[in-house]
Amino acid sequence: MNIQEMILTLQKHWSDQNCILMQAYDTEKGAGTMSPMTLLRSLGPEPWNVAYVEPSRRPADGRYGQNPNRLYQHHQFQVIMKPSPDDIQDLYLASLRKLGIDPAYHDIRFVEDNWENPTLGAAGLGWEVWLDGMEITQFTYFQQIGGLEAKPVAVEITYGIERLASYIQDKENVFDLEWTDGVTVGDIFYQPEYEHSKYTFEESDTDMLFGLFSTYEKEAQRAMEKNLVFPAYDYVLKCSHTFNLLDAKGVISVTERTGYIGRVRNLAREIAKLYVAERERLGFPMLKGEEANDENN
Amino acid sequence: MKTTNVLFEVGLEEMPARFMDDTEQQLKQKTIEWLQQIRLPYQEITTFITPRRFAVLITGLADKQPDQTEEAKGPALKIAKDDQGNWSKAAIGFSKGQGKSVDDLFVKEVKGTEYIFVEKFIEGRTQEQLLPAFKDIILSLNFPKNMRWSNENMRYIRPIKWLVALKDQAIIPFEIAGVKTGRTSKGHRFLGGSFEITDPSAYEEQLAEQYVIAKAEDRKQRILSGIAQLEKEQQWVIPVDLDLLTEVTNLVEYPTVFYGQFSQDYLQLPKEVLTTSMKEHQRYFPVQNNQSELLSYFIGVRNGTEEHIDTVARGNEKVLRARLQDAQFFFEEDQKQSIATNLKRLERMVFQEKLGTIADKVKRVINISRLLADMLQLSDKQKFQIKRTAQISKFDLVTNMVTEFTELQGIMGRKYAEMFGEDPVVAQAIEEHYMPRNTHDRLPETAVGAVVSIADKLDTVVGCFGVGLIPSGSQDPYALRRQALGILQIIQDKEWDLNLDHIIAEVLSLFKQAGIQTESYEQSIDQIEAFFKQRSAYIMKEAALDSDIIEAVLASQLSNFSFLIEKGKLLQEKKADPDFKSSQEAFVRVLNLAVKAEETTAIKPELFENEQEAALYQSYLAVKEPFDKGLTQKNAKQALTALIPLVEPIHLFFDHTMVMAEDPAIRQNRLALLLHIAELLLQFADLTKVQWKQHS
Repeated sequence: MNIQEMILTLQKHWSDQNCILMQAYDTEKGAGTMSPMTLLRSLGPEPWNVAYVEPSRRPADGRYGQNPNRLYQHHQFQVIMKPSPDDIQDLYLASLRKLGIDPAYHDIRFVEDNWENPTLGAAGLGWEVWLDGMEITQFTYFQQIGGLEAKPVAVEITYGIERLASYIQDKENVFDLEWTDGVTVGDIFYQPEYEHSKYTFEESDTDMLFGLFSTYEKEAQRAMEKNLVFPAYDYVLKCSHTFNLLDAKGVISVTERTGYIGRVRNLAREIAKLYVAERERLGFPMLKGEEANDENN
Repeated sequence: MKTTNVLFEVGLEEMPARFMDDTEQQLKQKTIEWLQQIRLPYQEITTFITPRRFAVLITGLADKQPDQTEEAKGPALKIAKDDQGNWSKAAIGFSKGQGKSVDDLFVKEVKGTEYIFVEKFIEGRTQEQLLPAFKDIILSLNFPKNMRWSNENMRYIRPIKWLVALKDQAIIPFEIAGVKTGRTSKGHRFLGGSFEITDPSAYEEQLAEQYVIAKAEDRKQRILSGIAQLEKEQQWVIPVDLDLLTEVTNLVEYPTVFYGQFSQDYLQLPKEVLTTSMKEHQRYFPVQNNQSELLSYFIGVRNGTEEHIDTVARGNEKVLRARLQDAQFFFEEDQKQSIATNLKRLERMVFQEKLGTIADKVKRVINISRLLADMLQLSDKQKFQIKRTAQISKFDLVTNMVTEFTELQGIMGRKYAEMFGEDPVVAQAIEEHYMPRNTHDRLPETAVGAVVSIADKLDTVVGCFGVGLIPSGSQDPYALRRQALGILQIIQDKEWDLNLDHIIAEVLSLFKQAGIQTESYEQSIDQIEAFFKQRSAYIMKEAALDSDIIEAVLASQLSNFSFLIEKGKLLQEKKADPDFKSSQEAFVRVLNLAVKAEETTAIKPELFENEQEAALYQSYLAVKEPFDKGLTQKNAKQALTALIPLVEPIHLFFDHTMVMAEDPAIRQNRLALLLHIAELLLQFADLTKVQWKQHS
């Protein structure tokens, strides 16, 4: 099964579970969790079921396309269901069967793994899912986001697309994976991997990036002051990516580093609070009927 | 009496393996206590635990509590009868209230007063009434980490999926988090299915049919026998790490052992890299030949049967191959970077926000270890090696290998240092400076490693206290307790004569000089010393010393550890020795009275009024030298024996002398004499802290 078929299969599967199929969010980010479709929508009482592919950029993992396992940008398939359904593990395992992975033929385990992202004031409990010893999925029950208690609890399932594909297609090198028949990951991504690595580590304009960070930060604050949650959050994402570029290049000193992470965290926390407040002001529009009444009691 | 078998099972999403042993113990303990409390006799309690369930089977459980009679106490007799000796209203009311008549009343004396009583029959309650309360046992289990899920408000280790509660064939009704009890359990996630439990006693067997081995011990044995079989078939030696075995046992419901292989080329990697990849990351058991050399095989445990086990083995091989490939790449890349280049990069690596970078720490560790080396009067060669070790002790932190495998810090430092041609002692000391990594770890072998290890840990402990990062309760993020204990363990092991109080003060000054300090100097000193004393008490407890003895020897300066313990052991012996009674009484008397001396003044023999004073002074002068000698030679017995000649003169002194004399000059002189003796005694221990036994 090529990657394209995998994605189609997963989309169909989760669409059948009443997930909204979203497209990747159009701002750079390090993980699918950071998309507002997860980070913000997991907050508050409104139900939310969504699935999407998220290209995730990790500048520090860039290897000029030379490492068989590491990428500047990889892909995650992200599922969020709030409240977490009782049969979520079974739903997940059913998705693996559709990908041609029959659990009876393999060794599948749920190994404790607790997730924490201090930058986002977020924490969750759950597992990494092992397929014959390989970690293919992160499975997390969000407990806290942006410093706020997650209630009801959303469950997040993050499939590592390339990891899973390397197993399904039995390939050793990520660039040999077939995206679609006759087209490999290497065909599509080798050049950007090389160029992004070269740019990140050698060519990026440090002064400009520092300038951008401050600009984005200010704009995020300004938008926040106007109660514009989503625009403010976009600028936080831009801050975060800019920071990652600077950090990967090794131009942020130790003391500064803590400071920068703190700045992003504070923004994210405030936006999380603002998001809930704004949704409440709008009367939590996605709460239907009884649930809305319950919430008002 | 009629008995039944009772089964409770809680089905969960996969529990964390590390909490399972404790959970099972709690379950057993709490069930035993509960049955005692509700007074239901039983034959046997058996507990079960797998990643997806825990359960308890109670066999031969009495159907109801034994009936009881109880005496109910009423009002005092003088209120219960009127003047004519008839039952009063109070008595009638009491008997009615108890459902009895006045004919049932009888009189009994309680603490000198007579009261009226009735005897009540209490019928034993039945299982039906009592057993649903097992819900509280389930809810009372303590887990280190709890979670919420869905819309539930409760917190539990993982979401609850099903509940079984059976009394023979009948369901015991209760509900937790929206899940009702029933008789349906679930088997292995992939090999079994949902099934009805026919009878509690059939639980284990029915689960086995569903590919679940319910007892952790049985799964463990199955893994061990699988390993033993491979050892025999393949002529391998497979050392079984017990922690890993327990973890693997708790990750599966139906274990089957398999082996996989990797390319022999990877055997060139350091052994620790291979074993870390296998054990820590993949939960495999490494394989050796009978010369204890690693072979290019590994042992895995699958959650399932032999079916398709080749696919599983091939999959695992692929994962390990990718990891080792990475490791190989890191190993080669790391060798391209000189130690000097790596050291430069430490300037960018934060140790702690207020305490600066790792490079800053290294500078301090160099100074502290120089200080220690001087105090220990080590050779010039050792001092040279210590300096080099301290300088490069942290260079491996920026290597790819340690970035990826953090647990290899120090170990990779040693390997790379050897490869870069460093002095072998220095290389070894780099690894040793992290020791002991936990309470029961090895201690540094070389003096060089021991010095740098103490210096590194002291820097962390003193530095953290200096900036207010003080451990409290379960909060000890910088593991300061472990590090302080490590320092003491090393000093004890090497039998070094180091005055810790002095060193702590010196180290704190170093921080002060570097402009690092938020807490006041005096406050920090006091806190750090108290902290080390607490840790010392811990070590001494391990050496089986009583807490009063520990307190007594810790009253003297915090120095050589083995000497403190020796002193403690001697005192403990003396505490049980009736012959020491006279001596301890004399010493304690001196210590108690000496407190009254306002200041240390010189003793003036010309003010002595009787011969007992003079005699005591003479013996004081006479014991000083042999006592000091005993202390310097760290010979507790010799030191204490040296003090014994004081005993008789002390008793005579008190028999004939009024210490608190009216003349202030004479009073002060007598107190001065006692204070001088007390100061001597305190150098040994504060004997007033010892709880001396009353010998008859």
